[in-house]
Amino acid sequence: MTMAAATPGDATGRAGVPVLEMRNITKRFPGVVANNKVNFDVRAGEVHTLFGENGAGKSTLMRVVYGLYHPDEGEIRLNGQRVSISSPSSAIHHGIGMIHQHFMLVDTLTVAENVALGTRSTRGPLTGLDTVAARIVELSERYGLKVDPQALIWQLSVGERQRVEIIKALYRDVELLILDEPTAVLTPTEVGDLFTVLRQMASDGRGLVFISHKVHEVLDLSDRITVLRNGHIVGTLARAEATRERLVEMMVGHQVAAEEHPPRGVVGAPRLVVKDLHVMSDRATDAVRGVSFEVSSGELVGIAGVAGNGQRELAEAIAGLRPPVRGSIRLNDREMAGHGPAAIRSAGLGYVPEERMRDGVVGDFSVAENLLLVDYGSSAYSQLGFLRRGAIRRHCQELVADFNVKTPNLETPARSLSGGNIQKLIMARELSAQPQVLLVAQPTRGIDVSASLYIHQRLVAQRDSGTATIIISEDLDEVMTISDRILVMYEGTIIGSADPRTATREEIGMLMAGVRPSAGQPAAAAPPTSAANPPSTAQPPAPQPPAAPPGGGA
Amino acid sequence: MRERVSDGPTEAMVASGRGRWGRFLLTWFALPSALLVALLFGAVMMLALGADPIAGYRALLEGAFGGSYALSSTAIQAVPLLLVGVGICIAFRANVFNIGGEGQIAMGGLLSAATALVFPDLPGFILMPLVLLAGALGGAIWGAIPGFFKANYNVNEILSTIMLNLVAVQVMNYLLAGPMVDQSPSSVGGLIPETKVLPASAQLPILISGTQLHLGVPIAVLVAIGVYILLWRTSFGFQIRSVGLSRSASAYAGMPVKRTITLAMTLSGAMCGLAGAILVFGSISHRMVSDGSLTGFTGSAGFNGIVVALFGGLNPLWTIVSAYLFGGMIVGGSALQVATGVPSDLVTALSGTIVVLVVSLEYLRRRARAQSLAVAGPRAAAPPPLPRNAPPLAAGGGGDQ
Repeated sequence: MTMAAATPGDATGRAGVPVLEMRNITKRFPGVVANNKVNFDVRAGEVHTLFGENGAGKSTLMRVVYGLYHPDEGEIRLNGQRVSISSPSSAIHHGIGMIHQHFMLVDTLTVAENVALGTRSTRGPLTGLDTVAARIVELSERYGLKVDPQALIWQLSVGERQRVEIIKALYRDVELLILDEPTAVLTPTEVGDLFTVLRQMASDGRGLVFISHKVHEVLDLSDRITVLRNGHIVGTLARAEATRERLVEMMVGHQVAAEEHPPRGVVGAPRLVVKDLHVMSDRATDAVRGVSFEVSSGELVGIAGVAGNGQRELAEAIAGLRPPVRGSIRLNDREMAGHGPAAIRSAGLGYVPEERMRDGVVGDFSVAENLLLVDYGSSAYSQLGFLRRGAIRRHCQELVADFNVKTPNLETPARSLSGGNIQKLIMARELSAQPQVLLVAQPTRGIDVSASLYIHQRLVAQRDSGTATIIISEDLDEVMTISDRILVMYEGTIIGSADPRTATREEIGMLMAGVRPSAGQPAAAAPPTSAANPPSTAQPPAPQPPAAPPGGGA
Repeated sequence: MRERVSDGPTEAMVASGRGRWGRFLLTWFALPSALLVALLFGAVMMLALGADPIAGYRALLEGAFGGSYALSSTAIQAVPLLLVGVGICIAFRANVFNIGGEGQIAMGGLLSAATALVFPDLPGFILMPLVLLAGALGGAIWGAIPGFFKANYNVNEILSTIMLNLVAVQVMNYLLAGPMVDQSPSSVGGLIPETKVLPASAQLPILISGTQLHLGVPIAVLVAIGVYILLWRTSFGFQIRSVGLSRSASAYAGMPVKRTITLAMTLSGAMCGLAGAILVFGSISHRMVSDGSLTGFTGSAGFNGIVVALFGGLNPLWTIVSAYLFGGMIVGGSALQVATGVPSDLVTALSGTIVVLVVSLEYLRRRARAQSLAVAGPRAAAPPPLPRNAPPLAAGGGGDQ
């Protein structure tokens, strides 16, 4: 399909016409059938969701459409024409766009330059960036996508980068847009904004494929929902037929009980005491500005907040990966601020990082090597500098069994495990050191339902065994389900706390948006020295950068 | 090291559904077919030069591997290649590209020769280990400098090691023409930039009479085995490989990342320096001599060792095999020149061809494997792993924990 044929104006009349039809698509990988005789179609003007757990074959199916994989069997039709899509460029030529989980943007170029990349300039050999920029402004106004064409990508928040990806698709006037788990990186507010834009794109007559495993989002956005499990289609439901229970049951293959709030544990002495902590971000802005809190033995504290409000920097400072500017971090009554990760670990911290593929595991190391990543030098596993292979093997076998890590064997590279199993592997390693304080960032982001449930159980069990446990999560449901106490971070401060047993979602959502219950107005609007900081902050912070929109900080 | 491979038929085949056969071919026939293609390429060059390729290859093979003298000459030729190669293994496993082998060999040779000049009267059983250690120390210092700056200030090690090669050649020329020069005037009337004949007690003894096989050969092999054990059986080696594969995950796990990088480069330099000492004390003239260039002393082992290590899949044990093969190419090249008149430079072109083909095929193989693994999770256009991440020849010889 050429671009000219798909202007929104004449497309609206085509609503209901199939844009994409996939018939009997089979895609095999050695030892796995990723898609088995899958039938799937998308009509103009609808959002058709592909729903299923990680590894069910959703992304594989869409990569076939986008020309990244070639199907072993089956046919693809676009607007009724049988086509062979050999590469992403041929997919783009056919009017297909795909927004990946990891954005395909050049960090050092501007928004306009990124949008122009790969398109033909209107001015022959010269770049026509000003016309591109003008078109971006036009598109962003029509769809309510706030983006500055001259901004450099690296300066943008994750939410803004995603808007650039959408603008890119709109600029190319795609007829079919595939979004691979687009909400995984967004805040609740941003998700709402995204859905508004997607609905508008659908009403223009485009076909949209939304890949997700979050039930409430699927119910919010979709016109039709197709559930995939183990490479098979379980069924396709119209929105009216779908309920939460039904979808989850189709996804998992059996009924899943809703997760209940665990009873409170026995709270003991404070284990982690953070006082007036200040931490810089990578871009030398004040990411954490005077944070104070304490967590006691037997307590599970959830730190909620919209992404980019200093949670990452706070976690890295506590773990010793980012030296704080000032302030105190006391772990088991020992001052640890400014110490390195090794010292902090030996003082009793276990840490599960947010970027589990980058920081949590060495992807090319085996499962066994990753389980050993912290303890490789301890006397239990090494003697006179030589690794004790027998002891290591036994230890790893125990951990893999205990944490139910699904892996073919201990020699499998961690890279080839699913996200849930990688997270279980990291948890196994961190908990095996019997930490007194456990810090887990984004415990279940991108992880399927059953693994998430399991991880939550382990976290609560760890709390019950006396560990002071902290989770930092952007998933409000998760924080509300398993925490004993919730702290909300906003613009580098702890703007408030809540009891998850009594507080409502809305109350916590207000805090996340920077609205303090007493003040009744956004904290960002107040002078930087007062409302944005808790009373315990003695010194006002340095002059702030212009107030960023939620999610636009750091 | 990051070969860019254009989309060829093989890659397209691998990417498509018919890829299993292609993957099978890549897995089992990559190495033999690369050798075959390189040999055909060499045959074409010989024909173009008017020589008979069959006779040429026969001369090359016989020169390298025909008889005990040829085999021992090849082993001697392989020693510096092997030591530099295992040094490169250590550095590359830590994800540091040590291109400074030439300078490290020279500094090792200089410090070992200087040690022998300062202590000429020590008994052999002390002096010989001493000069070898001095050689390792000289190379270690020359490797530690770029390692330290890489680890602490992220100074590009490719630049710094190459620059240190340039410094090393000046130091060598100054010392060999000045403080360390042989004072006895030569037959041509002036001083030649070389040391005097070094104490015989430090000379590496010949192990099999009638051949050139000296003690340096078993030393190099033992060192290679030792480095294999270091990398895969010790906690320090674990640390090196972990830092090399992921600095961030290693830092998170509490490893001393900077120290590990510095130490890996130091060890890498020490291996090259040891090669320098063996070049001096295993030489027939039994002195340190150069023609004013690094190559004059090293025979380009500092660069060829990189090739050897890559061909050996950055695994020290396979590097032993690889070094012997490349040593054979060098020795056989001379025989080829004598027999057919084809310049021995031909083998340089041959070696280069083999390496390009092997590394490219390995890239394709890993890419094919990465695609087959991609189903396990949603990570689409992940960059294919580099060849250095795992031994291409040693499917089971690598990270077996």
